[in-house]
Amino acid sequence: MTIFIPTPLRPFAGGKDAVEVNAGTIAGALDELTQSHPDLRKHLFTSEGKVRAFVNIYLNDEDVRYLPAKEATEVSAGDTLSIIPSIAGGC
Amino acid sequence: MANATLPIELPELTTDDLSRYSRHLILPEVGVEGQRKLKAARVLCVGTGGLGSPLALYLAAAGVGTLGLVDFDVVDASNLQRQIIHSTADIGRKKLDSAEEKLKALNPTLNVRKHDTLLTSANALDILKDYDVVADGTDNFPTRYLVNDACVLLGKPNAYGSIFRFEGQASVFATKDGPCYRCLYPEPPPPGLVPSCAEGGVLGILPGLVGVIQATETIKLILGIGEPLIGRLLLVDALTMRFRQLKLRKNPECPVCGANPTVTKLIDYQQFCGIEPVSEKQSAMKNGIPQLTAKDLKRRIDGGEDLFILDVREPFEYQIANIGGKLIPQNDVPQRIGEIDRNREIVVHCKAGGRSQRIAEFLKQSGYPKVANLAGGILAWSDEVDPKLPRY
Repeated sequence: MTIFIPTPLRPFAGGKDAVEVNAGTIAGALDELTQSHPDLRKHLFTSEGKVRAFVNIYLNDEDVRYLPAKEATEVSAGDTLSIIPSIAGGC
Repeated sequence: MANATLPIELPELTTDDLSRYSRHLILPEVGVEGQRKLKAARVLCVGTGGLGSPLALYLAAAGVGTLGLVDFDVVDASNLQRQIIHSTADIGRKKLDSAEEKLKALNPTLNVRKHDTLLTSANALDILKDYDVVADGTDNFPTRYLVNDACVLLGKPNAYGSIFRFEGQASVFATKDGPCYRCLYPEPPPPGLVPSCAEGGVLGILPGLVGVIQATETIKLILGIGEPLIGRLLLVDALTMRFRQLKLRKNPECPVCGANPTVTKLIDYQQFCGIEPVSEKQSAMKNGIPQLTAKDLKRRIDGGEDLFILDVREPFEYQIANIGGKLIPQNDVPQRIGEIDRNREIVVHCKAGGRSQRIAEFLKQSGYPKVANLAGGILAWSDEVDPKLPRY
């Protein structure tokens, strides 16, 4: 599956705008992502391993927080994960 | 109510209005009734910068009767790459005056209300209450949360847009049954994690794209037509020119718009966003890092002190302007830390002081005994020490 990396986090993912991973669940996909790009971990997760409150993770167009199985939701090759951090610019 | 609340008695259209707005009037979705709604409408643009420029211009052109503008800034040359409401001749003028002139030139019957202030918890409710729709085009997290909470408390829809480099986000928040900004982002990122436009840069046309989306949503809310971006977050990537949509849900536990709100009046948004109040004493120290002013640094250099000036900007920024520091871009510092002399006092600087503060904290954690940050960065140096140094 494809994980889309937003602009503010690309410096921590080797400058890539998308990363391909091969995982069975959302948690597995994020795990694979942060294993290949360890610098991303602290930007996405708290020290307790929870997704940070200013970051949203979407499976396709659905917020993972509102999926019944949340991070344990199964994923397939055609799915996309999007990381949506808050941005404030308007200037 | 999803749409803007307008007065029951709509103003009549004049003969001039009929000719000016003829392309609206022949659209069945707008028509005379819709144009009268626009004429009655009062829209508040928070910020007259990148997003506010196209937003205000299009709303004025479309026949919105009253436009409120909130800004306290003056026009700077570096604004003109994207803030199309201002011109070269306006450099140094108040943005409000410059914007008013352009808007009135475009549409002389427009009623412009200028709010020459920073929006704060003390004045926000009073300013927002007289408008039907709010369009948030500010550039910082505290004001984003302030505008959101004020909109929720007053029941005003918020046509939201924000931008970063090549990416934009747009939505409509704080309608009666729709989600608010806090449903999407319950908490702000820690200060310094997400760079501002001034630090991170922004493609000049991007606020044009996103500001026009905000203007479109504002007009739709006033007219009560189409499907507003309620419960949807539109993502714009200008590089790939891909538009994506994500579903947003109203969070039943949202602290401001949920069933049992804990935020029932405006709070201290600087504190909420982790920004320490700036007092003389505290501004001299931030997270254990001394904050040098540009003048202090100049005085110390001139006094012959042995300082290691570390510039953590990118090479292209160094080419535009530098003060002779050792250049190691922020992301290279961990790998190149050996090039930074542990035995000397390190003064870190960047463009505005954000990146350098983080690197200063990193060096301190890495065991450097004396590390200071140049507050305000090279921009402050240009302001206070060497006006000939190019600003960018």
